[in-house]
Parts: sequence; structure tokens; C-alpha cells
Amino acid sequence: MKRLILATLVVFAAMPALACETVRVGDIEVEHAWSRATIGADRPGVVYLSIRNTGSTDDALIGVATPIAGMPMLHETVVSDGIASMPHTMSMPVPAGQTAALAPGGFHGMLMGLTLALKKGDSFPLTLTFETAGDLTVTVDVLGMGAKEAECPDAQP
Amino acid sequence: MTGRDLLPIPIRDMSFSLTDHNGQPFAPSQWLGRPTMVFFGFTFCPDVCPTTLNDISDWLADLGPEADRLNVALISVDPARDTPAILAEYLSNFDPRIVGLTGRLSELEKAAADFRAIFEKLPRDGGYTMNHTAGVFLFAAEGQFTSIIDFHEDRRFAIPKIRHILT
Repeated sequence: MKRLILATLVVFAAMPALACETVRVGDIEVEHAWSRATIGADRPGVVYLSIRNTGSTDDALIGVATPIAGMPMLHETVVSDGIASMPHTMSMPVPAGQTAALAPGGFHGMLMGLTLALKKGDSFPLTLTFETAGDLTVTVDVLGMGAKEAECPDAQP
Repeated sequence: MTGRDLLPIPIRDMSFSLTDHNGQPFAPSQWLGRPTMVFFGFTFCPDVCPTTLNDISDWLADLGPEADRLNVALISVDPARDTPAILAEYLSNFDPRIVGLTGRLSELEKAAADFRAIFEKLPRDGGYTMNHTAGVFLFAAEGQFTSIIDFHEDRRFAIPKIRHILT
């Protein structure tokens, strides 16, 4: 199983530009998917990306899946009375005509149970499930542990 | 009485003993004489901690050589998993002026009490995660607490707070 996943990673690693491309399903557009390198496979990985709903009906991101993590999930960083916690979240709203993001300090994809350490320069597939638009698979670029944003020519600072 | 109702005690009154990411013993008195910036975190933390470390790295870059006079420290709230070696590897990705501190749980509890900070372990998906105070604590060179930079606070507000302890 691990070899198969590694082979997938190698295939994706050969096409690093993909994460910067926009992927669409229905009215949903996703781009700038990135992650940070991890120390070993015991630590959870993270996923950030940008979602645009070009339609006139609200949608929501309700799930994430990837072959490289046993328990991928959506989390939201919440700071209340100065204390940071990271509750699970069942869905992230993507209102009609708006952009929503998994971004540092807010909603993020949390990859528990990594099957391997994420290394800078790797890429992996991530399938997002939207309540209305359905499923869409993006390529996530693994950036350095200190990365702050996607490394795409048109990425927002 | 809860932690947020109280301010951190002066550094000179702090009494915990930890180990830095180079394996050297650390005592709070080592901070005295220079302004100090401290926050609590842990390396299993995928979002808040890298975000704060990136914010701090950006502030230090903005301040330039002036910031060399600052003590900057990350105190781990997860000593079971954050050894000095792990902290060293983790921190190598951020501004080299940031020092990692870890040690015995009892000493970290003392540190949190001195800062009036809070951390707690929560079971999660077969493992655990930590809730913890997310702000960055600032102290003047003489060791008195001056202010907190809140999580992800805009740099337009953060930088002047740091300049204040540098002057």
C-alpha cells in the first residue's frame, strides 16, 4: 500500500504546477492548495486552499479525503479569551458569489494519521466534498515548515 | 479567579527551570537585562503555532538588527513530545533568534502559572491535542510585563508594542 502511495506522490511530484491551477466542479472553483512539511509522520499535516463559489446558491465544504492520511478532517482554530483550541467542524460555508478559504489561523484541513512524512517539494491529491457541487480533487503542494502562503505566481499575499 | 484576570508576574519573581533547544539549562533570570517576548505552543500544533512563529519571524525581520536585543522564546506545553532536539529541528524553519524551551511538566506548569497562562491536554482521535494561551507576552528589560500581542494581531499594532519594550 505504501509503495502505491509513494508512486502516486512521485507522479504528482513530477507536475508541481498543478496546485496553482484552478480546478472546478459545478459552481465551485478551488486553487492554491498547499501544505507544510512535517517532522516525521506522527505529527498532523495541514491543508490550506482557496474556494470560490461562482454560482447564485450557497454551498458548503463538508469533507476532505486523501490517500496519504488515515484521518483527514476539517478543523477551525478558535481563540476564545486568549486560549487557542482547534475544534472539529462539520462544514465550512461557501456562500454564493464569495470566496472562502482554508487559511492559517482559521479553517484548515487537518491530516491526522499521515502514512508518511510530508517533505518540501512533495505533492498529494486531496478530494474535497461539497454539499451541492459534489466532489473535486486538487493537488496539494507541500511547502516548507515555515511557509505562509501558496507559492503561485498569482497567489494573494 | 481565572488566568485571564491576572497579569504575568515580573520575570525576576519567576522560578521555573527548563532546558533550551540546544540542551542547555534555562532560568528566567537569564532574560533580565533585555526585553523579552514569550509565547506558549507545541510542535504537534499544525496551525496556530506555525502561524505565530511566522508572525514573530516577520516582526523580527521588520525590526531588523534592533530586534537582536530581544529575548524571544517558545515555551512548549507538550514536554512529552517536544524534546530539545525536536524543538531545534522545528525552530530551524523560523527566525534563528527564537529559542525553544521545554522540560519537566511540573516546571512547565510553574511557568504557565507565572505567566497566568493556561494549557490543557485534550484526548483527540486516539491521541491528544493541547489547548493553550495563544498570545505573545512582552516584558521590559527590567522584567515587568508590558502587554500581550493577540493571536494573529495585525502587524501595525504588533510592531509598536515590540518597539515599546525595545526603547
